[in-house]
Amino acid sequence: MRRVRQLQREPRLIQGNLAMAEGALYAGYPITLSSEIASECARILPQSGGVYLQMEDEIASLAAVVGASLAGAKAFTATSGPGFSLMQENLGMAVMGEVPCVVIDVQRSGPATGLATKPAQSDIMQVRWGRHGDQAVIALSPSSAGECFCLMVQAFNLAERFRVPVVFAAEEIVAHMRENFVSPAPGEIEVVDRKAPQGPPGRCEPFARDAGAVAPVPAFGSGFVFHVSTSMHGPDGFSNNDPAVAAWKVERLHRKLDLHRDEIVMTREFYTDDAEVLFIAFGAVTRAARAAALEARKNGVKAGLLQLITIWPFPDREIAALAEKARTVVVPEMNYAGQAALEVRRILGPEKDIRRVNKYNGRIIAPRDVLAALDFPAK
Amino acid sequence: MWCPGCGNGIVLGALLRAFEELGYENGDTVVVTGIGCWGKADDYLATCALHVTHGRALAFATGIKVYKPELNVVVLMGDGDGVTIGGNHFIHAARRNIDLTAVIVNNFNYGMTGGQVSATTGADRYTSTTPYGNPEREFDICALAGAAGANYAARETVFDGWQLQQRMKEGLTRKGFALVEAVSPCPTHFGRYNQIDGPDLLRRLREVAGDGLVCGLLIDRNAPDFNARYREVQAWAQKRNDRN
Repeated sequence: MRRVRQLQREPRLIQGNLAMAEGALYAGYPITLSSEIASECARILPQSGGVYLQMEDEIASLAAVVGASLAGAKAFTATSGPGFSLMQENLGMAVMGEVPCVVIDVQRSGPATGLATKPAQSDIMQVRWGRHGDQAVIALSPSSAGECFCLMVQAFNLAERFRVPVVFAAEEIVAHMRENFVSPAPGEIEVVDRKAPQGPPGRCEPFARDAGAVAPVPAFGSGFVFHVSTSMHGPDGFSNNDPAVAAWKVERLHRKLDLHRDEIVMTREFYTDDAEVLFIAFGAVTRAARAAALEARKNGVKAGLLQLITIWPFPDREIAALAEKARTVVVPEMNYAGQAALEVRRILGPEKDIRRVNKYNGRIIAPRDVLAALDFPAK
Repeated sequence: MWCPGCGNGIVLGALLRAFEELGYENGDTVVVTGIGCWGKADDYLATCALHVTHGRALAFATGIKVYKPELNVVVLMGDGDGVTIGGNHFIHAARRNIDLTAVIVNNFNYGMTGGQVSATTGADRYTSTTPYGNPEREFDICALAGAAGANYAARETVFDGWQLQQRMKEGLTRKGFALVEAVSPCPTHFGRYNQIDGPDLLRRLREVAGDGLVCGLLIDRNAPDFNARYREVQAWAQKRNDRN
């Protein structure tokens, strides 16, 4: 970590994957597309007293992350397609136990082993709905190496603030891209730590009774005695199958996010003031869409771009507000079904002119692919 | 909450008496439980507890122990949870020699889901999913732990509650991965399918102990545990970083 600090005011070339690695405890399993994160963590974490733990599979990796988080660590893991599928079970456990943690999913082309080294944005719905049962997570999507660094801090902040797993949905392009980046000085980005209970140590209830609230949670070993369970439980964490308790728990898992939606949803706008054509993009495709918007403007089409930084909860209000002024909405994304476009359709209704641009062959979406969705004469 | 004739209560009693004799406090002890009849034990405990997904308890416990090595971390699993669905985590926890104490109640079948065959059900035994006899062979859990690198493994039956308690104390105080296998009757399923009634099942366990089922201290080593080895890694990494 010391070497990093010495260099921090100079621009440096940083890879997206390495920017994500500069985050206390990492537990993971090697998989192509996120391997550099593991190697970087193995190198830098023990230097600063942190721990790198290579587990036997992705199931165990997220389990160790959850265990370490409950012991007070800021813990995370990183994986890609198949590994993310294996993590779904314990991602559900992290939701149920309200355990802060960050899971990086460097999306790759699938299904199954698919194109193991090629990018995709086809896990968008899996990120939201991949687990059984009623549950919700937060998900962010970076579009540059710099965002990988800054948004990882935000990912931990959101995880700690709302006691929820945060999925960091990058894709191969951003993860392997190398860009100049000036690290913020320590203190420049706010760092949020979960609230610990006040008063003398003793038995405490780790789950808030008020459905919209986030209860303070102690760490194992802090002197407080508490109980966390994968089974349905009351505020004390002990198993409880009472229908009223089950309803309370499911409601609070959702309401704690719903009520603080504006603190969670982050978007960025480019050239939207007068935009008649609105591109909606996330991750690396944001870059192609931005170039496409500039190109469209050169051709007399007033195009703008809404970048979805938070992809879950889906930025419905932001999309609705901008789309109202636009005659056409274009959603470029690297998947077949239009996973984000389906959400946009849900928000804007059946009458809106929404055009999908989908690529699912392992190749990046280029500005010309985005422009092809518009009716202006090709050059 | 356990069936009449089940051994879980004896194992839990032995564990709690071991905690008491070792002076463990509720705040410095974390009991991690998996899924199954024995996995419900956390609801009867006043220590810190974490009840987790099926088969994964050792992996959760590993995360706790590497981050807070000073905690007493104890993992309670059944044979289905610990060495069937969780078999991979089990051998790797033993190989890693992480300083956990695993207490596996082996009742030779999945009790909570209705008496199905598990990886410790003996050949030709009857269960709800081997109605014509089990075509597979069983794991010897202690031998498995030993082969994978555990520092300690011992087996006792619930017939010998006091002996079980001594083994737990040995396992809890041993650095590195320690396994205490408690052989226990499941009269509701395993006993019923194999036509052995409750008290008789316990007697039969006592009889087979020393024959196919060797009891006592089986693995006894003192290899450095994971946290001790990782402290060396941290010291080396810091030295290398200072030099840079």
